[in-house]
Amino acid sequence: MSYLDDKTPIKGTIMFDGEMASLGYNLNKLCYSFNQEDARDAFNSNERAYCEKYGLTEGQTLAILERNIIGLLEQGGSIYYLAKFAGLLGLNMQDIGALQTGLTLEEFKQKLVDAGE
Amino acid sequence: MAKIIGAIGSSHIPAVGMAIAKKLQNTPYWKDFFDGYPPIWNWLNEQKPDVAIIFYNDHGLEFFLDKKPTFAIGAAKQYISYDEGWGLATIPPINGDEALSWHICNELVEDEFDITICQELGVDHGLTVPMQLMWPNDDNYGGIRVIPVVINCERHPMPSLKRCFDLGRSIGKAIESYHQDLKIVVLGTGGLSHQLDGQGAGLINKEFDLMCMEKLVSAPEELFKYNLRDITEIAGAQGVELNMWMGMRGALLGDVTEIHSNYTVPISNTGAGTMLLTNE
Repeated sequence: MSYLDDKTPIKGTIMFDGEMASLGYNLNKLCYSFNQEDARDAFNSNERAYCEKYGLTEGQTLAILERNIIGLLEQGGSIYYLAKFAGLLGLNMQDIGALQTGLTLEEFKQKLVDAGE
Repeated sequence: MAKIIGAIGSSHIPAVGMAIAKKLQNTPYWKDFFDGYPPIWNWLNEQKPDVAIIFYNDHGLEFFLDKKPTFAIGAAKQYISYDEGWGLATIPPINGDEALSWHICNELVEDEFDITICQELGVDHGLTVPMQLMWPNDDNYGGIRVIPVVINCERHPMPSLKRCFDLGRSIGKAIESYHQDLKIVVLGTGGLSHQLDGQGAGLINKEFDLMCMEKLVSAPEELFKYNLRDITEIAGAQGVELNMWMGMRGALLGDVTEIHSNYTVPISNTGAGTMLLTNE
């Protein structure tokens, strides 16, 4: 029996399993392309067209356009590829943490400090 | 015969690479973290290992989801780092040891570890940040040759803690059967507790990290009881990088002694552990 057979939700966490990987394949492929500078430039010049090129759903496209990180995760985005999207936007992992948790950047940083107490 | 002289556990957080690039090592935020490394530099200087086996995970540089191995191993003359998309500087090429790589691959497959063998392998921060931490300001990394071992930590299903430990065991046995007199160090990189994604982002579990660091020295088998769902709940979605430390520890077949450790929290979004073990 796989540890993935237990479908009980883990609070605040989307397990990036086969189902999510299938759902988000095109989205993650788009984000993976951001390893290349010319891809980042192409995205920046026309975001919607770039999403169409990769076959994103309308929901995924809107989440990209709106920088909705939770929305992207829910639609199959993997944080490792989304990190490349975040980098393109000039955001680091603490900015992303704040966005996802609804905290200010300072509040999120304090949360990390508190976790280490 | 080749001999594994010890092992090093270390974080591989990209922010560390950024801090190195900006020379922030002595600033209040970073000092405690970087202070964990001089004892390791001294040991590396004294011991001068010939080869480092480095367990790391590829965060979407070399491997995409189209073809993503559970276990992969480098068998290249050289390993190159590339742009990861968010501004981390690349580092000079790292030399490999093809002959030892092939020996390990032969033995692993014989031992029923059917690894993906990579004759070209672009390496990301999972490997490059530890190289910068172990051999700072040295474009030749102390002359060391490297064999990268990649474990899937990005997409479930992922191998269990026991399986990664057993992979390390198998690599350890392969090395100890190698004909050449070489000194080998094993690196486990990544972790410890952290979660980057979702409303649960920012999870760090210091108590669990410290327990894992203790068990890794004295009784690593006691960690096998945690499956990766447990690890995700207790140590965050990226806490599964503990698997690289399991591989590292598995490779140590002799009497293991901890001669240095450090734990700094938070570093970026992470509980950052550092550990130096000898193997006799």
